[in-house]
Amino acid sequence: MKIRIKFSKYGTMKYIGHLDMMRFFQKAIRRAGIDVKYSEGFSPHQIMSFAAPLGIGMESKGEYMDIEVCSMTSTQDMKEALARVMVEGVDIISVSVLPDNAKNAMASVAAASYLLQRKEGDYPVNDLAEKLQAFLALEAIPYTKETKKSVVELNLKEGIYELAADGSNAIRMMVNASSSGNIKPGMVMEAFCSFAGVEIPAGSYQIIKLETYTENAHKFVPLDAV
Amino acid sequence: MRKTALSEEILLQVEKPARYIGNEVNSVVKDREDVAVRFAMCFPDVYEIGMSHLGIQILYSMFNSWEDVWCERVYSPWTDLDQIMRKQHIPLFGLESQEPVKEMDFLGITLQYEMCYTNILQILDLAQIPLLATERGEDMPIVIGGGPCTYNPEPIADFFDLFYIGEGETQYRRLLDWYVENRENGGSRQDFLRGAAQIPGIYVPQFYEELYHEDGTIEGRRKLYEELPDVVRKEIVTDVSDTYYPLRPVVPFIKVTQDRVVLEIQRGCIRGCRFCQAGQIYRPVRERHVDILKRYAVEMLQSTGHEEISLSSLSSSDYSQLNELLEFLIEECGQKHINISLPSLRIDAFSLDVMRKVQDVKKSSLTFAPEAGSQRLRDVINKGLTEEVILRGAALAFEGGWTRVKLYFMLGLPTETEEDIKGIGELSNKIAATFFETVPKDKRVNGKVQIVTSTSFFIPKPFTPFQWAPMCTKEEFLEKAYQTKKGIMEQLNQKSIKYNWHEADVSVLEGVFARGDRRVAKVILEAYRRGCLFDSWSEYYKNDVWIQCFEDCGVDIGFYTTRERSDDEIFPWDFIDCGVTRQFLLREWKKAQAGVVSPNCQEQCQGCGAGTFECGICPTAS
Repeated sequence: MKIRIKFSKYGTMKYIGHLDMMRFFQKAIRRAGIDVKYSEGFSPHQIMSFAAPLGIGMESKGEYMDIEVCSMTSTQDMKEALARVMVEGVDIISVSVLPDNAKNAMASVAAASYLLQRKEGDYPVNDLAEKLQAFLALEAIPYTKETKKSVVELNLKEGIYELAADGSNAIRMMVNASSSGNIKPGMVMEAFCSFAGVEIPAGSYQIIKLETYTENAHKFVPLDAV
Repeated sequence: MRKTALSEEILLQVEKPARYIGNEVNSVVKDREDVAVRFAMCFPDVYEIGMSHLGIQILYSMFNSWEDVWCERVYSPWTDLDQIMRKQHIPLFGLESQEPVKEMDFLGITLQYEMCYTNILQILDLAQIPLLATERGEDMPIVIGGGPCTYNPEPIADFFDLFYIGEGETQYRRLLDWYVENRENGGSRQDFLRGAAQIPGIYVPQFYEELYHEDGTIEGRRKLYEELPDVVRKEIVTDVSDTYYPLRPVVPFIKVTQDRVVLEIQRGCIRGCRFCQAGQIYRPVRERHVDILKRYAVEMLQSTGHEEISLSSLSSSDYSQLNELLEFLIEECGQKHINISLPSLRIDAFSLDVMRKVQDVKKSSLTFAPEAGSQRLRDVINKGLTEEVILRGAALAFEGGWTRVKLYFMLGLPTETEEDIKGIGELSNKIAATFFETVPKDKRVNGKVQIVTSTSFFIPKPFTPFQWAPMCTKEEFLEKAYQTKKGIMEQLNQKSIKYNWHEADVSVLEGVFARGDRRVAKVILEAYRRGCLFDSWSEYYKNDVWIQCFEDCGVDIGFYTTRERSDDEIFPWDFIDCGVTRQFLLREWKKAQAGVVSPNCQEQCQGCGAGTFECGICPTAS
C-alpha cells in the first residue's frame, strides 16, 4: 500500500539538509512501529520517496514523502504514531492512502507556492504590489543561471504562475517546481531586484514553502489531494 | 520555539549547522528553574566523533535521570565556527539550552586520547573560562576531567579543577550533593574542592606539588593539606548488570562515526597484552548479563530507530555468552531489517558462521591483529596469537569466500630486531599463499586475494608493563617502516599485499603526553596559543610549531620518550591506584624481556592487584 505523508519543517529544523531529513524519517518510521516495506537485496532499505528536496535555511508547510507499507490500521493511527516520534520543528500534517497506480511524489511535482517573509521591517520597495505586477507583465524575464559547470540563459516568465505582495513585508509566489523546469524563489527575487533597481539580500527574508502541487486535469492541486 | 545561540547568518555560513543546534531525538531539555545543578558534558572533538562515544551517553542519561540535574552536551566547534566565535566573542554554549557553558555549575571533559589536549584549551577559551584552574573565579564552572587519559593527568593538571579517576557511575551523585551542600552553606570554590578531594576517585591537582631531582626525574609529591589522600584509587562499577545504561541515547540528525545502537557487553579484558593500557586500567573483567543485554538491545532499537546495532568491548570473543547473544540478535534484527555490525572477533568456525549470516562476504574483510611479526616478539608482548592460528583462520575464511584480510602490527616494540620486522612481510606473504593453496583457480573471485598490512608505532603508556620502556625516535620509526616496506616488497606475493603506516611525528608527541609530567603543560599552552588545534586531524597537525614550542619552553622531548627508566623511578602517575600494582607490572616487564608469556585471567590468576575490587572474574569476587 502506498502512503503519502505531508509534513512541515520549521524552526531549527530548517538547518537539517535533505539527506539528513530522509535519515530522520527512516529512523522515525521505525520508532513509530510502522510496518514499512523494504527493498529486496542484501542491504534492504525502506521504500521512500520525497517530493522535492528543501534547501537548507528554508521552511515549509507543505513537504511530502511517500512510503510503502505492508499493513496498517488506519491513516489516523499512523499520523498519531508518527506525531509521537517527531521533534520540535517537524509536524505531521496529513497521512493519506494513494491509489496503487499513483506516480511517486517526486515524479508528481509540478509547482510550488512560497511566501518570502521579510525578517525585519518592510521590503525596501515603494508600491511593492504594483511593482510586482509590472514585473510579471514583462514579456520576458531573463535570468542567468550559473552553475559550476555551465552558464544557462533562462526565461523565468513562463514558470512564474503567480506573484503578488502580501502586505508590504511579504511576497507570495507560485512557480514551476517540476524536475524539468524548477524555479527557485531566490531566482525570481533576484530578477525582480534588478527590474526594480533595489537590493534585497538573500538573508533578509525567510522563504517558506506553502504547498507543493501536482497537475491534475490541467489544474494545480496539492499533492495530498490526489 | 527553540532558540539558537548562533544567529541564522552564522548557521547558514558554517559547515554542517546541525552540529550546533541540538533538538535531536532523545536529547533532554529541562527547565533551568527546576534544577539545582547544570552540567556541561564535553567531548573535545568535532560533533560527529563526540556523538559516537558511549561513555558520554551513559553519563548523560545518568545525570538526566536525576531530577535535580540537567546535563547538556558540548563538542569542539569546527575550525570555521571557531574563527567566527573568536571574532564575535560568542561564548561556547550547551547544545540543549543553547546557553553559555560559563553559566553552568560544571564542565566535564572526557579525555579519550592525548591528541585532544589543545582542544581542551579551545573549549575553555571559547567558553570564556580561564585556562588555568588557579585563575578561575568563584562564579566559573568547576572543570572536571575524566576518561582513560586521567590515568596520567599531570601534563594537563593545570587546566582542571579536579579529575574523576575511574568509572563515572559511582561517585558523581556524591560529588554533586556535596556541591549543592557547599553552595547552600555559602562555601567557596576552595571549600568545595577541599571537600571533593575527600571523595573516592577524586583528584584535585592544585593541592599537590610535583618535586624533581636534579636529573629531572620525580623526587616525590608534596600535598598542601594534611587531610588530602596520598593515593587516589580508581572508581569501578562492581556489578555492571545493575547500573545506568542509556536506553534512550541521543539520535543525531547528521551521520556520525558510530551511527548505531551500541551494546557494551563487558568491561575489562582478560588478555593482558603488555602494550595495552585499556587491558590493565579497566580490570577486572566484568560481564553484563546476557538477559539484560537482550532487553537493552530491543529497547534501544525501539527508542532510537537506528538501523544498526554493534557490540562494544575490548575483546568480544571472550564474552562467555557471545553465542547466545548473537543468536538472539540475528533472530531479532533479521525480522526488523536491522544490521549487526560485528566487532573484531577471533577468526574461527563460529565467528565465520556468524559473519556469513550478517555480512556480505564479498564486501567484508577479516581482521587479524598479530601486533608483531614473529612468535618471539608476540611472546614478549604477551599476545597469545600464533601463526598457526592465524593461518588456520585465514584458510577457513578463504574457503568461506572471503578474499580481503586486514593485518595490524606495531613497530618499535621493546626488544624488536630486524628479524621481527621481516616477519611482518613473511606473515603477510604466508596468508596470501594460504589463499592460493586453499582456493582452486576456478573458484577465485576476481582471481586474487587482497592483504592490507598496517603498522602503527608503539607508544609506551602508563599502567602497562611497558611503562618503563624507551620509545623510538621519529627517525628510528621511519627506518622501521621503510624496512617493513622493503620486507614486503621482497615477498613472492607482494602484489597481493598493500602496506600502510601511521605518521611518526604525531606518535612522538603522543609519547610525550602519555608519560609526561606537569612541566609539559606549558608546551601545550604555548602550542595552543600559536594555533595548534585538532592535532588528531592530520590536516591540522602542525609538527613544526610543536617542535618549536618544546624548544622555546625548554622541554626535552627525549626525556619523556626515548629515555631509559630505572626499575625504581617514580612516575608522574604513581599516586593513582588502578588496582593493578606496580609490582605486578614490573614482574610483567621482566617476563617480557625474558620472552616469557603469562596466562590470561581466565586460565590462571596472576595476582595483578585488581582482585582487591572483589568483583568480575577475580577469584576474590563473592
